[in-house]
Amino acid sequence: MAPAGPRSGDAIFASVERVNAELFTLTYGAIVRQLLTDLEEVDEVNKQLDQMGYNIGIRLVDEFLAKSNVSRCVDFKETAEVSAKVGFKMFLGVGASVTNWDAEGTCCSIVLEDNPLVDFVELPDTCQGLYYCNVLSGVIRGALEMVSVCPPMPLSPSLFIVFLGLLTSLPCLFDVYICSLELPF
Amino acid sequence: MIGASKIKQYSNVLEKPLSKGKQEVSLSAFAFLFSELVQYNQTQVDNIAELERRLEDAGYAVGARCLELLCHREKCVMFMPFWLSQGNRRETRLLGILSFVHSTVWKVLFGKVADSLEKGTEHEDEYMISEKELLVNRFISIPKDMGTFNCGAFVAGIVRGVLDSAGFPAVVTAHFVPMEGQQRPRTTILIKFAEEVLRREARLG
Repeated sequence: MAPAGPRSGDAIFASVERVNAELFTLTYGAIVRQLLTDLEEVDEVNKQLDQMGYNIGIRLVDEFLAKSNVSRCVDFKETAEVSAKVGFKMFLGVGASVTNWDAEGTCCSIVLEDNPLVDFVELPDTCQGLYYCNVLSGVIRGALEMVSVCPPMPLSPSLFIVFLGLLTSLPCLFDVYICSLELPF
Repeated sequence: MIGASKIKQYSNVLEKPLSKGKQEVSLSAFAFLFSELVQYNQTQVDNIAELERRLEDAGYAVGARCLELLCHREKCVMFMPFWLSQGNRRETRLLGILSFVHSTVWKVLFGKVADSLEKGTEHEDEYMISEKELLVNRFISIPKDMGTFNCGAFVAGIVRGVLDSAGFPAVVTAHFVPMEGQQRPRTTILIKFAEEVLRREARLG
């Protein structure tokens, strides 16, 4: 029997069980609030969010591989495309696009037009420098590490500062800078 | 380039139009997030009671916001005549708010109404919302050494947040109730209203 081909993000999302995005959004907000109360330092919170995302990512990638049937990606460009189009779609229900490729093809930005994590959220002045969606960086880092794409340094959400810092309200636009410098391809 | 965006950036989150609330994420995304919430809180506490309290506090925040969101959304029914719209009316009676929690809140958050709403037989101020399997407990198994710990404390917190914000202070807890012939126990959210709520209810007749 021929193996099933890779499924599109939309098809997978339509076939999995879903919950209201607002429950997800509000739960995430509660987590960030708890972290801010416990840790107080914005940098610590960023680290903790990244760590949580990492823990999620290392398990999430199994489900991703099982449900999506993708074949092994040949290069980093394909990895980024698949994460953005299939990965984000099947878990968050929103597609992402990949932009800002650098010359060597090792750095890119994944842009989420419509981020369910940041609905209703506004960062107060005391939280400038907080990478609210840092859990997503951690998820990508964890997932990529599990499939042997090893970033030598933590994913840099530096572009967060530009978008999140400029706006007191969180944007629908979310940027992740993946710097993957060791490619096994 | 940085800053080049097609999305209109609102300077104030309150100016952004309220969404219809139909967006969804996958259950596994929520389950992963919830498991991280529980795991993080486990590292911060020494005992079960403290863990339940922290989960409840997290849920409280969700519940308070959920009530506001639902009330605002119901108000925005633009083209219905006033007498038909459910909005613009605040629940002031006990049974009203309970059925709001049991039906509307549950439907919005968990996709279905709660399995049952019962009045406690032993005490006047107790009510119970039961669910065969809480959404948050779907992928969680409690080790024996954690005794009666129930991650449904998060949902109990949500209910407490809704009730408190609506003016019905209560103590809300989640319990496992073993059922005959079923492998997994049922979860019951026990709501014990404060004295003032019952007095007010009696006064309203």
